[in-house]
Amino acid sequence: MKIRLENVVKTFETFRAVKDVSLDIESGELVALLGPSGSGKTTILRMVAGLEYSDGGTIHFGDQDATDIPVRDRGVGFVFQHYALFPHMTVADNIAFGMKVSKVKRDKAAIDARVADLLRLVRLEGLGDRFPAQISGGQRQRVALARALAVDPKVLLLDEPFGALDANVRRDLRRWLREIHSELGITTLFVTHDQEEALDLADRVVILKDGQIVQQGTPEKVCRDPQSAFVMRFLGDANVIAADVRDGRAYAGDVSVEASGVADGRAELYARPADLDWAQAGPGIAAKITRVLDRPDGRRVLAETQAGEALEFDVEPERILNAGETGFVTLRRAKVFAI
Amino acid sequence: MRRRNVLPGLPLSLGVTLFYVGLIVVLPLAALVIKAASLGPEDYWRIISSSRALASYRVTVLSALGATIFNLFFGLALAWVITRYRFPGRRIVDAMVDLPFALPTAVAGIALTALFANNGWFGSVLEGFGIKVAYTPLGIMIAMCFTSLPFIVRTVQPVLEDLDPALEEAAQSLGGSDWSIFRKVILPLLAPALLAGVSLSFARCLGEFGAIIFIAGNQPMSTEITALLIFIRLEEYDYQAAAAIASVLLLTAFFMLAVTNWLQARALRYTVKG
Repeated sequence: MKIRLENVVKTFETFRAVKDVSLDIESGELVALLGPSGSGKTTILRMVAGLEYSDGGTIHFGDQDATDIPVRDRGVGFVFQHYALFPHMTVADNIAFGMKVSKVKRDKAAIDARVADLLRLVRLEGLGDRFPAQISGGQRQRVALARALAVDPKVLLLDEPFGALDANVRRDLRRWLREIHSELGITTLFVTHDQEEALDLADRVVILKDGQIVQQGTPEKVCRDPQSAFVMRFLGDANVIAADVRDGRAYAGDVSVEASGVADGRAELYARPADLDWAQAGPGIAAKITRVLDRPDGRRVLAETQAGEALEFDVEPERILNAGETGFVTLRRAKVFAI
Repeated sequence: MRRRNVLPGLPLSLGVTLFYVGLIVVLPLAALVIKAASLGPEDYWRIISSSRALASYRVTVLSALGATIFNLFFGLALAWVITRYRFPGRRIVDAMVDLPFALPTAVAGIALTALFANNGWFGSVLEGFGIKVAYTPLGIMIAMCFTSLPFIVRTVQPVLEDLDPALEEAAQSLGGSDWSIFRKVILPLLAPALLAGVSLSFARCLGEFGAIIFIAGNQPMSTEITALLIFIRLEEYDYQAAAAIASVLLLTAFFMLAVTNWLQARALRYTVKG
């Protein structure tokens, strides 16, 4: 089911949570709404679900205007951050709830068979008789997903689905959700503030700031071609170096990078830790190492330029570097944004 | 090996509380039982099964049941309204719920009697429909309702406040109607608190005295409550008979508490980790 948001607006009291957002989600697509807290991502998700009504604009499901359809008739599956499982019902009863309260009457055997299928899909066979308090967080989240899928939703919506889980469980569930998505092909929209989660999982990432979309595209597109300093910063660690732009190049210390399209004058150079390197001799940006952090996959070096800018970059584990050394930071690639 | 407790003050606080529980709860109850037991079994049975006593049990228990059932619905509705909606005067309504606790019961009794007497504001209107409240079991029930209302409201209210709104949203997104969500999600989660409120409310109704004696008329065999009968026996210096009848009330209250505790444990099975 294709979803189309047009000029959607939502205001709480005096706070404009969502400002004029338009977004198209193709049928079968897996889309992430990514943004810091207060960026309006959850509000957008809740409006698509019908848990909030928009103050302006329209939301279409396929050709149908769903803007004023209440949540119970909208045919969405919603997975809550803290699962919202019914604590007094067993896992099986939780999954069966939607089928039992449905206007479409099903006999008990059909419901039981469907519950068994879903338990198999979420790999929880044998846990149908447990209560939510008796299973782990990751298992609860899978029950929540099975419960949402039980009513054959046209659209699956997930609000920070893995936010409350351990890092390892989170990674496993992410892969698994991706598998389920390719198996069922259901249009899926999820909210996260974790850029790694969004990039790992989604076909398309929609980045939000202050209630507006600042950039959207495939993970490759947003990573390789961030359109603003905010996106650059938000997607991962970034070093910021003051630079001067003259005639399409940005200069910082002895180094310069291409900066076509940026107006002449003061600007900022953004570089990922992997895009910097260290050399004993110039050309480069003169700096002094302040600390070396050892990590399983390499060494993270913290350095300070003469201008006092803090830089971070990674070197191979074999490189011998010590705090206090002076040398030069070299630049493999960088993005330039006007201030 | 010596087990060490991190929290300080266990011996002192446990000692003080056990002493007080013994002094003001267990000792009087034991005295009651001993007094009643000093009667022979035949005398005991004769006193507690006298037709006047039986009539008093009947009117007390039936009125208490009626009042508790009324409070179950009305108290739930009241708790629901003050927790879930925001309206002008909500805090005043919330504060008024405690009034029956704060008011001396005799004051409540006099006020209710004045209202429901056949020349009172309510009584005179109801008289037109042929309904008599003052000096009838209905009056007893109304006095019981008044004094025990806060129990249900105050036990249900915190549970309603803590109810995760996401549970209802989840039920809605799964297509549940308002009624099916109330019946299948909200009510089962409120059940333990409702039961606790019911048992407190019922026990309070059984023992209520001050509010009732003004409105009940106190006619032996029809509107005489058990608590009053005990009082009458005391006034006659028949301590043994008073204790015997009181022991029946005591057992009823214990039985009721045991049943509701059992029901509550059943309703909370799902919280047990396994």
